[in-house]
Amino acid sequence: MTGDERWIHTPPRESATFDRATIAEIHRAAATGIYDIRGFGAKRKLPHFDDLLFLGASISRYPLEGYREKCGTNVVLGTRFAKKPIEIKIPITIAGMSFGSLSAPAKEALGRGASAVGTSTTTGDGGMTEEERAASSLLVYQYLPSRYGMEPDQIRRADAIEIVIGQGAKPGGGGMLLGQKISERVAAMRTLPAGIDQRSACRHPDWTGPDDLEIKILELREITGWEKPIYVKVGAARPYYDTALAVKSGADVIVLDGMQGGTAATQDVFIEHCGLPTLAAIRPAVKALTELDMHRKVQLIVSGGIRSGADVAKALALGADAVSIGTAALIALGDNHPRWEEEYRKLGTTAGCYDDWHEGRDPAGITTQDPELTKRLDPVAAGKRLANYLSVLTLECQTIARANGKSHVHNLEPEDLVALTVEAAAMAGVPLAGTNWIPGRGPQD
Amino acid sequence: MAAAREGARAAHDARNTDLDLASLSLRQANETLQKAEAGSFVVANPRGAHALAAGLTNPLDVTINGHVGYYCGGMNQKAHITINGNAGTGVAENMMSGRVHVKGDASQSAGATGCGGLLIIDGNASARLGISLRGLDIVVKGSIGHMAAFMAQAGTIVVLGDAGDALGDSIYEARLFVRGKVKSLGTDCIAKDMREEHRTLLRSLLDAAGIGPEIDVAEFTRYGSARKLYNFHIDNLGSY
Repeated sequence: MTGDERWIHTPPRESATFDRATIAEIHRAAATGIYDIRGFGAKRKLPHFDDLLFLGASISRYPLEGYREKCGTNVVLGTRFAKKPIEIKIPITIAGMSFGSLSAPAKEALGRGASAVGTSTTTGDGGMTEEERAASSLLVYQYLPSRYGMEPDQIRRADAIEIVIGQGAKPGGGGMLLGQKISERVAAMRTLPAGIDQRSACRHPDWTGPDDLEIKILELREITGWEKPIYVKVGAARPYYDTALAVKSGADVIVLDGMQGGTAATQDVFIEHCGLPTLAAIRPAVKALTELDMHRKVQLIVSGGIRSGADVAKALALGADAVSIGTAALIALGDNHPRWEEEYRKLGTTAGCYDDWHEGRDPAGITTQDPELTKRLDPVAAGKRLANYLSVLTLECQTIARANGKSHVHNLEPEDLVALTVEAAAMAGVPLAGTNWIPGRGPQD
Repeated sequence: MAAAREGARAAHDARNTDLDLASLSLRQANETLQKAEAGSFVVANPRGAHALAAGLTNPLDVTINGHVGYYCGGMNQKAHITINGNAGTGVAENMMSGRVHVKGDASQSAGATGCGGLLIIDGNASARLGISLRGLDIVVKGSIGHMAAFMAQAGTIVVLGDAGDALGDSIYEARLFVRGKVKSLGTDCIAKDMREEHRTLLRSLLDAAGIGPEIDVAEFTRYGSARKLYNFHIDNLGSY
């Protein structure tokens, strides 16, 4: 024995190209013959808000006193045309998620949590449930391509209307609610038989393109007496042009959803390979607004991968008026909580990785219509958890804003930021940390 | 309810309210119609206005003399709207109840996503008639374009003329009756037998549209879903 026997074989080495996840996916595809469908958002590593830092105060920038000096967080949405703009007390809203993809208690909990801190929540495919309307002081009504459950009386009961063109997880894709989640109640709301797969269309049935959209917005305004703010939601694909076209079409508010945004169900290949990272989408949208003299007049809500108050502050500093959360809100309700670990194991996953939201077997009772599983989610307790989380996001955002000397979170600006990577510097249009270099721009740009 | 409706109408029959879009804005005309609880209204000079008489909620009689733009009678509830002219895209889109009668031709997406009531088109209708239909009944006296009844969920479409390509593509539970030729059927749409219940339904819709017995229900073919694609299965991949 020389001690060198161990070197006869090289130690196991994982391929960077064919890593374990890739190999597992090839095996899965070979075994099943069908692409992987899942929920959640992009899981790949992407340039994100983590690649930005705030500078904080210095000799030339003085801070505000925490817990003493005021730092405003309110946002008014819909000031362009709507007779009744809505005011949210924090710059964080709850994104559209359908009853059908989510359980009724989950929808109620989202409304309760949002209302407790003075912000809005949003309906989804299938229309408005009484639970969420009752629980939500401010409810945005999604106007989707499928029009499942869409009724004019529901539009009139909403506080704002969001015309959905696309979402970040699948810009250009419709939806699919698999039969196992179609309960009698879900089926009735969508005028379809129970138990069949429900395809949500990817295009609106009665308009195509920005000129038509302008007329559709006119119709919605006429039907609601020009009272309600009208949002236009787009997945981050061509944010500069989409923003300009939404403004041209008459939107009050633009919702821009980056590729980290979640979905109830779509193909993994779609989630991971289409769209722009949220970080890359904000500045082009703000540029379009600024060029049209519409920044702060048409409000911009950014979503897709918002997790912390730092993310909120960074999105606002890049020019957003507010952010929207979906995945993080579900986690706050109890999704992927370790208390369900034993059941996650039975489903072949683990807490923190569960993403088969489309299958309707969610142990936490959130992404399911199973009556027994649904009972597990107490909408009051879950709503309280969401309210707590939203409060933390707000406090964190204020902490950063005060440290940068801002008396309102809207006063955060790109000048407060630097980037840790060349990519993030280019996408966010802020200097690489320690330099005055913004890739793609000259020093004076 | 019908009696109350007729009573309310009778009370207002004596006076037609004229709304002239040559002097009124769209908002003024629509607001007048939306606030009215009953009555008869005549709209002049629509000049292709969009969203005219959209969002009505009460049992009015509205007559529009001229051509209208997009979404005339959109999301209608209870009102009876007659268009003495042609209609642009999405006439009576998402109608919930009541009746919309186009005396001329209709552009694309007529009756899209409609949930209830009756849409009558005396002329032809363009593409995507009754797309994503959810319970509205549509009678077209002329012919219809391609992709009619795409993903239609519920309701009935009656066509006295011909239908274009891909009729009833990905159709769910809506019922289609076509008297003329169908250029092609869409995915998962098939011809079906006409049973007595279908003949009765068809006759009632023809009657409602003012079509007399000279048009025989036996001249129609019924189309509907084969229901083979209701649940995704890899073996059906070639169908999509």
